[in-house]
Amino acid sequence: MGPLVPDTISSELSLVFGFFIGIAFGFILEQAGFSSSRKLTGLFYGTDFTVLRVFFTAGVTAMSGILLLSQFGWLDMEIIFVNPTYLYPGLLGGGIMGVGFVVGGYCPGTSFCGAAIGKIDGMVFILGATVGIAIFAELFPWLVSFYLSGSYGDLTVETIFGITKGQFALFLIVTAIVAFVITTLIEQWINPKAPSRSFPKIPLAIAAIATVGLGVFLTRLPDYKTSMLAKATTPQVQKAQDIYLMSPDELAFRILDGDPNLQTIDVRSSRAFAKRSLPKAINMPPGDIFGKTGVAVLSPSRKQKVFFAQQESEARRAATLAALLGYENLAILQGGLDQLYAEVLSAQIPTNLYGRHQQDTYTFRLWAGAKLLGLIKARNAPKESLRKVKKIQGGCGI
Amino acid sequence: METKYMNPYLAGFFLGLVLLTTVFITGRGLGASGAVKSAVVATMTAVAPEHASNSLFYQRATARKNAPLKTWLVFEMLGVLLGAFLSGVISDRLTFETEHPPQVRTRTRLIAAFSGGLLFGLGSMIARGCTSGAALSGMAVFSAGGFLTMLAIFGSAYAVAFFFRKLWV
Repeated sequence: MGPLVPDTISSELSLVFGFFIGIAFGFILEQAGFSSSRKLTGLFYGTDFTVLRVFFTAGVTAMSGILLLSQFGWLDMEIIFVNPTYLYPGLLGGGIMGVGFVVGGYCPGTSFCGAAIGKIDGMVFILGATVGIAIFAELFPWLVSFYLSGSYGDLTVETIFGITKGQFALFLIVTAIVAFVITTLIEQWINPKAPSRSFPKIPLAIAAIATVGLGVFLTRLPDYKTSMLAKATTPQVQKAQDIYLMSPDELAFRILDGDPNLQTIDVRSSRAFAKRSLPKAINMPPGDIFGKTGVAVLSPSRKQKVFFAQQESEARRAATLAALLGYENLAILQGGLDQLYAEVLSAQIPTNLYGRHQQDTYTFRLWAGAKLLGLIKARNAPKESLRKVKKIQGGCGI
Repeated sequence: METKYMNPYLAGFFLGLVLLTTVFITGRGLGASGAVKSAVVATMTAVAPEHASNSLFYQRATARKNAPLKTWLVFEMLGVLLGAFLSGVISDRLTFETEHPPQVRTRTRLIAAFSGGLLFGLGSMIARGCTSGAALSGMAVFSAGGFLTMLAIFGSAYAVAFFFRKLWV
């Protein structure tokens, strides 16, 4: 599951990938004509809308791809870097950059492309950018409070409009196509040598229709997590998975025995988990099973993963979900914590004192109940959730 | 002789795939200004270490790593230089020249390029990223800040384009 860094690919190795990704990035920008400042600034004078076309198409492609990957469970969207929103710095910085674009004729990425093929103005632009950054560095102590103002954290744009990511993607696709059509008309009206005159009309129209179709599909695509959870809740699916039901006695024995191949998983809320849980248990509400936390905890196949909650049904749902996602060696605590507390932690004197088995069970439960209760009381709940530690850092900010 | 540019929609589609691959592999997007920042930090800590150690900006920039140039964005931008160069070779666009309209003097164009670069560098630091790192990459991950910065960049550029038209048309 993506992102591959840092689990599959180390951070060191990712630098090598960065170099090769950069080659592709630079190659495409140059092929699109972004090494030419006159072509870039054509955007602002209506003569050449190449920048708009490349930029919007790239944004829509990447956005749709990220959405598809995450909806099919191949990319953990919770931990990828989302550029944080700082309202006022974003507006002012963007405003200054806009002036820089018109005056300088480049943006930083494109100036490197220009410089790479020998454009002296591109090289001078880069020099200017380094001076601009150095000036910012000197002003930073005075700017720092402004720099941190208007913070909205990892705000995503679709939440502002109260719609789903799929609906926003469709909106952006339609907006892009409308913008492409209008700007093409403007370009051909202003510029007799407009690049758009040579575009193949029919393939572009087909691509536009297909992309709108993709957008509609994105809005209809049931959220992967919701649909999988619903599936894991149906009794037929749960029965078909046939997950091993572990008795409270077995679980108590294996915990007290210090069994290294046992991993207990508390699927209740983090609050309930913090209050009281089994010793060495890991907290993983069903939503976390999908992501990288799920991979880390559930992958080791030699460990038996015992799901538990207050009641058995809650744990069964989570365990079925894990089984549907392909994880093996799973178990469910029979009767949940309720049964464990009732049977083991407060063992009842057996009614049939002559049954040998019942007497043994009672003796075991008296011993195990007291010890387990001691361990539960002495347990220190982990303070940080598993997830928070792993969020990826990125961006160009300081 | 100048060969034709790639169809912009096709180029955009490929660029989108590159960005998607980047997010899938690294969990973060593309960028450009961050690499220039790293170069500035490296230069300043080497040339004036005393000043750098007293400055809040350089303290923050060097707080997490000792080697300021060993960042993902620096490697990516070195790749960009090579990739763009290779593209220039293939399409026969390697020239050593300053690009400007005939009526604009070379000196004017270079002063404008320097000033524009300066503004872009300053603005990208305030907004935590430029057209690549904030606008394009932010857009792909639905970042509200990414869309905000994108609208600010292009809105402001259109607002002032009229006043600088003599530089370009």
